[in-house]
Amino acid sequence: MFLDHLTDWLEPARASLATVTTPIILIADFPVKSVENLSLIAETRYNLIQDIAQLNQDQLLLQAKNQKLSALAVENNRLRELLGSAEKLRDNVVVAELVGVDPDPENHEIIIDKGAVNDVFVGQPLLDSKGLMGQVISVSRYTSRVLLVSDPSHSVPVQVVRSNLRLVAQGAGATSHLNLMFVQDTADIRDGDLLITSGLGGRFPAGYPVAVVNRVEGQAGKPFALVTAVPSALLDRSRYVLLVFTEDKKDSSKDNPYDANGDW
Amino acid sequence: MFSQLIIVVTFLFAMILSVFRLPDSLPLMLAYLRPEWITLVLIYWAIALPKTVGMKSAWIIGLLTDALLGSLLGLHAFVFMLVVYISSSLYQRLRMMASWQQSLFVFAVIFLSQSVFFWTGQITGTVQWTNLYFLPSIISALLWPWIFIILRSVRRKFNIS
Repeated sequence: MFLDHLTDWLEPARASLATVTTPIILIADFPVKSVENLSLIAETRYNLIQDIAQLNQDQLLLQAKNQKLSALAVENNRLRELLGSAEKLRDNVVVAELVGVDPDPENHEIIIDKGAVNDVFVGQPLLDSKGLMGQVISVSRYTSRVLLVSDPSHSVPVQVVRSNLRLVAQGAGATSHLNLMFVQDTADIRDGDLLITSGLGGRFPAGYPVAVVNRVEGQAGKPFALVTAVPSALLDRSRYVLLVFTEDKKDSSKDNPYDANGDW
Repeated sequence: MFSQLIIVVTFLFAMILSVFRLPDSLPLMLAYLRPEWITLVLIYWAIALPKTVGMKSAWIIGLLTDALLGSLLGLHAFVFMLVVYISSSLYQRLRMMASWQQSLFVFAVIFLSQSVFFWTGQITGTVQWTNLYFLPSIISALLWPWIFIILRSVRRKFNIS
C-alpha cells in the first residue's frame, strides 16, 4: 500500500489485475447500455429521419466553420513564424466510450473503453464536445481510468480568455462547479468569463475550454476572493469522450508520467 | 472443484453489483445507498465454510477488488483479510446467533472496514468526510438477513460443504 501510494512501481501489477477485471466492468455496464439500445430500436422511423436531417445540417455548419478555422490556423502559424516562436501543433483526438463510473460518489472517476492497446498513456487529457473533462490516471490493456476535473484532488492551470489572467481551477467534489484558488480581490475577473487551459504545467494542451465563471465574491478579512466556475464539459452526462494525442508530449509523458508535473 | 466454482461465481456476482452503473436519470443520492456486496458475501462464506474461504482467498479477492475499484493496491486485500479473520475466528458463535444479532455483527465489521478505508483515505488525501460516509454499513447490515438466506439456499442447492 505504501509502495503504491508513494511510487509507481506497482503500476504494471495494477494494469494486469485491472485487465483481469475488465469483463466485470463490461458486464456491469451491459444493462444500462442495452436499455439505451432498446430505446434506439423503439425510435420511430420519422424521428430517425428528422435526426439525420438535423445532423447533416449541423455537419454542414461545422464544416463551414472548419474551413475558416484552417485558414486562420495557417495565418496564425505564419504570424508565429514571423514572431520567431514555435509552431503550434495540431492535436489529434480518438473517440472513446464511457463504460463505467466509480461507485463511490465522492470519487469523480470514470472508466473508458480505450487502453494500452490504443496507446493511451497516464496523464493524457480527455475532452468531450463542450470542454475539458479530466486526465487518465491508470491504464490497463483494454480500459483506462480517468480522473475528472471535478474531483477534489484535481487541479487545472487555466487562463481567463478576456484578460489573460492565469489561475488554478480545483475540483470541488461536485460536478456543478470548480473552485478558483488564490484569486486576488482586485483581479480582473467577472461573471461569464470563459476559462481555457493555459498549457502551463505541460499536462494539458493550451486553449481548450474548461469552465465559465459564475460567481465572484470579495470576502472581508480574507486574502483571496471566492470565485467559482461551472465546468463546460458535461461531466456526468457525456457517454462519448475524446482522448487528445498531442504530438510532441506523447513520448516524454510515456517515459515518466510524473515528469510533466514538475517540469514547469 | 465444482463447489469452489460456485463460490467464485457468487463473488463475481457481488463484484458486478458493486460496480453496477446506475442509469443517469436516477438521483445521485442513491449511490450512497450501495451496500458493500463483496464484504457481505465474504462474511457469509467465512462463517459457512471457514476451511474453504480463508485468508488466502480474501487476499486474492481483495487485490481484484482494488483493481476493479481503482483503490490503493492492497487496501481491500488487507481489509478483507481482517474481515475474514474476525468472522472465521467467531464462526461457531455466529452460527448460533439469531439473524438480527448477526446483522449487528455485520454492521460492526463493515463499520470497521469503512473506518480503515476512511483513515487511509485521509492519509492519502482521497477521501472527504460526508455525513453519509458510514451509511453503506447500515444498509449492508439491514440487507444481511436476505443475503444470508439467498447464499444459504445457493449453498444447499449445490450441496457445498
